Amino acid sequence: MEENSTLVESKQYIVVKIGNEQYGIDIQYVDNIVRMQRVTRVPKAQSYFKGVINLRGEIIPVMSIRLKFGLDADEITNATRIIIIKLEPQSAIGILVDEVKEVVTLEDTSVEKVTYNSKDEKNAYLSGIGKHGDGLISLLNIAGVIIEKEIV
Amino acid sequence: MDVSQYLEIFIDETKEHLQSLNEQLLVLEREPDNTETINEIFRAAHSLKGMAGTMGYKRMQRLTHDMENVFSEIRNGKMSVTANLVDVLFKGLDALESYLSNILESADEGTNDNEDIINSLNNILNVGLGKVADNKEQQEAKQVVATETSKSQEELTKFKSLKIAEHEKHAIQKAKSIGEHAYGITVYIMESCILKAARSFLVFKALEELGDVIKSFPEVQDIEDEKFDYDFSVILLTEEKMQKVKEVIENVSEVKEVYIDEIEVSDEMKSEEESVANEGKQSTSKQAATATQSKESADKQQKQANKQTSKPVVNRSVRVDIEKLDVLMNLVSELIIAKNGLVSISSTENNSRADSGFNEQIEYLERVTTNLHESVMKVRMVPIESVVNRFPRMIRDLTKKLNKKMELYMTGEETELDRTVIDEIGDPLMHLLRNAADHGLESNEERIKAGKPEVGSIFLDAYQDGNNVVIEVRDDGAGINVEKVRNKAISKGTITQEQAETMTDKDVIDLLFKPSFSTAEVISDVSGRGVGLDVVKTKIEALGGDIECKTTLGEGSNFIIRLPLTLAIIQALMVELGNEKYAIPLGSIQTIEDVSYSEIKYVQTREVINLRGSVIPLIRLDQVLDVEEREIKPESLTVVIVKKGEKMAGLVVDNLIGQQEIVIKSLGKYINNNKIIGGATILGDGEVALILDVNTLV
Repeated sequence: MEENSTLVESKQYIVVKIGNEQYGIDIQYVDNIVRMQRVTRVPKAQSYFKGVINLRGEIIPVMSIRLKFGLDADEITNATRIIIIKLEPQSAIGILVDEVKEVVTLEDTSVEKVTYNSKDEKNAYLSGIGKHGDGLISLLNIAGVIIEKEIV
Repeated sequence: MDVSQYLEIFIDETKEHLQSLNEQLLVLEREPDNTETINEIFRAAHSLKGMAGTMGYKRMQRLTHDMENVFSEIRNGKMSVTANLVDVLFKGLDALESYLSNILESADEGTNDNEDIINSLNNILNVGLGKVADNKEQQEAKQVVATETSKSQEELTKFKSLKIAEHEKHAIQKAKSIGEHAYGITVYIMESCILKAARSFLVFKALEELGDVIKSFPEVQDIEDEKFDYDFSVILLTEEKMQKVKEVIENVSEVKEVYIDEIEVSDEMKSEEESVANEGKQSTSKQAATATQSKESADKQQKQANKQTSKPVVNRSVRVDIEKLDVLMNLVSELIIAKNGLVSISSTENNSRADSGFNEQIEYLERVTTNLHESVMKVRMVPIESVVNRFPRMIRDLTKKLNKKMELYMTGEETELDRTVIDEIGDPLMHLLRNAADHGLESNEERIKAGKPEVGSIFLDAYQDGNNVVIEVRDDGAGINVEKVRNKAISKGTITQEQAETMTDKDVIDLLFKPSFSTAEVISDVSGRGVGLDVVKTKIEALGGDIECKTTLGEGSNFIIRLPLTLAIIQALMVELGNEKYAIPLGSIQTIEDVSYSEIKYVQTREVINLRGSVIPLIRLDQVLDVEEREIKPESLTVVIVKKGEKMAGLVVDNLIGQQEIVIKSLGKYINNNKIIGGATILGDGEVALILDVNTLV
């Protein structure tokens, strides 16, 4: 695999910061990145949904990765961003992150698959660990994060 | 010939013809001697055959041809309508429908020859005509000639039955005196012709170059509007020879046939006897005689003419792709949001006198956008008729299958619903009707025993109620035995004994809508597989509507479906809860009341108020929606009284903001909130307000 490096597949990721960790989001699902804006709470929704926002006339639900991952609640700062993800053309969803850092290109060779561990449900949210420079980036399995498995 | 571009038209028109055949056959079964119906059927079958032939669908053409043969014999009075015959004809229609659905899917009619139907049709034909199979061929040949070319000269030369008014008679006489001829002409345009109005226009133009057209049936205006079948008749005054006129008309393309004859008018109506020899003369005076003699027949003719002219009115439309309409609708939505933005700016900015012009313009804009929205909505509206008109046929089939006599009565077919709802509502309705027929109605013997009319009745009523359209499926059958349902639910483990005791009858009936709950003891292929009512409910809820059931033991049951009239833009009351804004659809609001704390009573630990004699439960929206409570308790409560069917409830809100036109947007599929929130809307200032779904709350 390492021999024919010319054919190695590579993907671009947007690197975001949530707490102290760096996460990578596959750029092909990212529709937009917007600043924090007024979020309208939706009663009786799943707890990790912050509510909905109006993005140029479209209603988009916003989900907190922190709450979904069981971390402390978000602290809204000037660096907070909402990443608009489109898995399907008609249904967008926003993810709240602490900070957007950069766009990196990772070759498949520098991505390590995570071993599946059924005890740790957070693992289902990751598709792999990317090595970039001297840091590690947890690559998010966006579909796994967004799509509800069990009804909370 | 490349016909693909006509495929869509063909499919639509075939559907229409099949539907009309279905309807007319039902009428025919009841009134076998109704000549009007037979003519209608014959016309529809004939057009179908022509269209199928043009499009190259040979099997379809063959089947319609054989059906048409039968119809034509009935029309000529050589055969009578029997139950067996109608059954075979219905089978034929079903086969045609399956051809059509094949064509829909693959543009090909498929390979089923439906030999058995064709054979039984021919058998009936032979038996009916008292002929033996030997001369079948001969008879078939005769049939072909009869239907293809001319049924009889009399039938086709329709101009002979034109009514000639007094002044027209004078005109004809005058023309004759100066050596002109008066011709009666009937022109048949090919069935495949798409622009028949244009073709007839060309015919008229050609005729007018030759002389004067003094009379036409249908009227020229109607012909221009395509309000005619494939033929029209005129009376022409000209110096030219008959042959020349005929040639001129035949030169116009897509004209199938032309019948022409000299018209004679007698001076007096009495001269009937002397005109026996002259056919043309005879029919004119006979016509005149009939006109004076029997108003009845004239009326009938008038009716027929009306029928002929009124049917194409429905067709005078442009077929628009629903997606294009959606785009238009979205643009209107945008416009309304933008307008709301302007409205909110104008109301927040302090209104000095210089602003009054600005306000005027905004009000104007508001009026225009509201009207625009209404028109676009109307474009999307389709009468429910297009769904329900297949039900009489279904009930007829069920009558035979279940061996129960029943009648379907429908009202409000003209009630309009959004196209997207129309497309989805058919199956649930069909299911309810089947249920009514199978479980609802008792057998004929039981009905007689119970002292009811032998024939069961099923009613399908549609009507508008506020912002909703209500469709009721009612039967006068046995009703639902609540105890039976209760026991069944206990035995199935759906509910416990204790639960069963505390449940009201209504709660028990609601159990019927739970998945896998069928009380029919015998599972038939009509209904009773236990996947019925819950599917109906899910489907209707997906359309934003709801369904409830009322029943009286021994008297029948009534399923009431409530559907939203519009799907995209509604009028709503904006209310405030804490510092959040919510919208309540205006259609479900009854009144708004100011209620002081002392008026609140408790029934079974629930808060209720007594409002002008009716006890209404209160719903504390701030608790239901987990809104932070306000620190200062107001002196009285603002209560919005909402209605769902006959059920009422009072929603307690903190503050009223006002009425507004809102655009409903979906929350998307990711958020799951027990359906309390029906959607969201964007306010003038860009803020998002959530729309409460009253039907779930109450």
